[in-house]
Amino acid sequence: MKQYDRGNLYHQMLRVRLFEEMIQDLWDKGLISGEMHLGIGEEGVIIGVLDHFKDGDALLLDHRSTPALVARGVSLRSMLLEMFGSKNGLCAGQGGHMHMFSPEHLAASSGIVGASGPLAAGFALAAQHLRPGRVAVAFFGEGAMNQGMLMESMNLAVAWKLPVIFVCKDNNWAITTRRSWVTGGNLLERAHSFGLSARQVRGTDVTAVWKAARKAVAEARRGHPAFLLARCSHKEGHFLGDPLLLMLRKPIQQMVQIAPGLVKAFFHRHGAAIATRMQSVGTIMSNLGVMGAGHWFMNQDPLVRARRRLDPDFLQRTESEVRQEMEHARTSAQNEWGKECAQWQS
Amino acid sequence: MAVMNFADAIEKALSTAMATDPRIVIFGEDVHMLRRNLYVQFGPKRVRPTPISESAFLGAAVGAAMAGLRPVVEIMMIDFIGVAFDAILNQASKVETFSGGKWQVPMVVRASCGGGYGDAGQHEQNLWGMLAGIPGLAVVVPSDPADAAGLMLSALTYPGPVVYLEHKLLSDYWLEYLGRGNRPTVQFDIPAAGARGEVPEPLTPIPLGQARVLLSGSDLTIATLGVSVHRVLVVASRLKSQGISVGVIDLRTVSPLDRATVISQVSTSQRLLVVDEDYRDFGLSCELAASMLEAGLNPRYARVATEGVIPYARHMEEQVLPNVERIEQAALSLMGTHF
Repeated sequence: MKQYDRGNLYHQMLRVRLFEEMIQDLWDKGLISGEMHLGIGEEGVIIGVLDHFKDGDALLLDHRSTPALVARGVSLRSMLLEMFGSKNGLCAGQGGHMHMFSPEHLAASSGIVGASGPLAAGFALAAQHLRPGRVAVAFFGEGAMNQGMLMESMNLAVAWKLPVIFVCKDNNWAITTRRSWVTGGNLLERAHSFGLSARQVRGTDVTAVWKAARKAVAEARRGHPAFLLARCSHKEGHFLGDPLLLMLRKPIQQMVQIAPGLVKAFFHRHGAAIATRMQSVGTIMSNLGVMGAGHWFMNQDPLVRARRRLDPDFLQRTESEVRQEMEHARTSAQNEWGKECAQWQS
Repeated sequence: MAVMNFADAIEKALSTAMATDPRIVIFGEDVHMLRRNLYVQFGPKRVRPTPISESAFLGAAVGAAMAGLRPVVEIMMIDFIGVAFDAILNQASKVETFSGGKWQVPMVVRASCGGGYGDAGQHEQNLWGMLAGIPGLAVVVPSDPADAAGLMLSALTYPGPVVYLEHKLLSDYWLEYLGRGNRPTVQFDIPAAGARGEVPEPLTPIPLGQARVLLSGSDLTIATLGVSVHRVLVVASRLKSQGISVGVIDLRTVSPLDRATVISQVSTSQRLLVVDEDYRDFGLSCELAASMLEAGLNPRYARVATEGVIPYARHMEEQVLPNVERIEQAALSLMGTHF
């Protein structure tokens, strides 16, 4: 059994956090293309679960793949090069941040919501045959809980006694739609009713996640698939440039673009009754308000929480070490990428 | 005539049709935000967000259409049709035939498509060839605001299921959400005439299955659609300065496919180049080649299409998608002046 080591958990969460912040900076600078979904806020869930991993355990990821890959020890440099689009990147520049694959870590990701569920069932099936005692973990958001393929995988895992742990990172938002609008019932009960051993945990508390995951992983290793529901929040919304967050952070810039259309729609001579239109405007505004409030209440930073009980000298040492690791990876990747770009130009 | 953005033209068509046809309802992920103007104008009963459950809500659209509504169902990106393919493949497209023609499924599946902003091949596919290969399904791919509005109006009165694809390089809001994200540090090759342009007032429906001859040419005919229309027009103008007369056809819809217009142009030029942002093999470009042979024509033929899985890196993606250089080379090679 893995020993509980608060310092190490913090160290790993910090590596994830600083790597995600580095990605954010590089994305802002235009060095990374496409959508960017960051995992800032879910470090407690990722690290609390993956600390129980052994070699041969498989990792199935969603569109926020980098936190788990950092935690599993995938080369930071090769992930950065991948996001730059380098031929020397983790996937030769062909996958990018939503499609990271590392066969030696049995780690695969997908940009399709819910896709990690069936893949994890398959990796677990292979573990039954080829790697007894090993498990597969699927990470996904609570929006994915409404995806048929994920629910079907839960049933399959129970029916076939597959060594899977389904981990739901619940931030209360399906893209930019509030959970209560689109999700019926209770997610813990839903998982339980499939026959999964289901636990709920505060995802911002890495210790709580670690304890719950220890039981879940142990059960899965014995062929009893498990489910963890971990509440957390995404500081950067669904993706960088999230229109809801932009509305909150740059209200004037956004409202100038959005307001004329809304006003025109409101006063259009055809359409619903005025009371209904008022209701719609109210809903859009309250959505923004709830998002703001949701951020206020939910943004209990898992790192801030974990830091409180650690020795200041240890923190200073760890933080400087992780910063160096990140700086080194960034410099090395940027140098390599610079050389590759120079080669094209010559 | 009014000048408007591509996405605004689609919205205007929807707003116009919804005002007179109360059966039209919109649903899909995040539509209360994505279609916030229609959400305000028509209220939450007619514009409603869905769970991330494509197979449920696309299947529900089929049922709702059979039961008297005219759903416009949104699945964000056409790549995600994979999750809900049964609704299209085995339900929507089959009902009319299976019911002996007694029951139709009037619905529009609206989705973004296309690449050019570095999101890789799980979010940048076009898939119109695969979809048009399903009998009973219409597939629409507009290339500018006027067509976007006119084709949407027709889709909203079409008797059967229609897949309506809006390219992300033409729809400003999609590119903003998925590619730019409020960053001044990234650039995209947006065809200006496709992203913004004149739209007739009042809006006029454009029938599905009617291609548009943008240029008549005696030496070479290029058949294309969507964003590629604009890449092809650049090539046509370059070749004109070299004395080559290039005809350009905007197909507008993959199904129904306006074979007659292509046949008529190619029978004069005897050369056909198909520029198709969808996959090369087993798709639209093959279908047009077969159509020429079936019509008794034997033109010189070439195609520029998407080669394999679309990679993430911008510089690799650019080579895989049809670009001006590839189109020009293929055209010159058909003229026998370049290898």
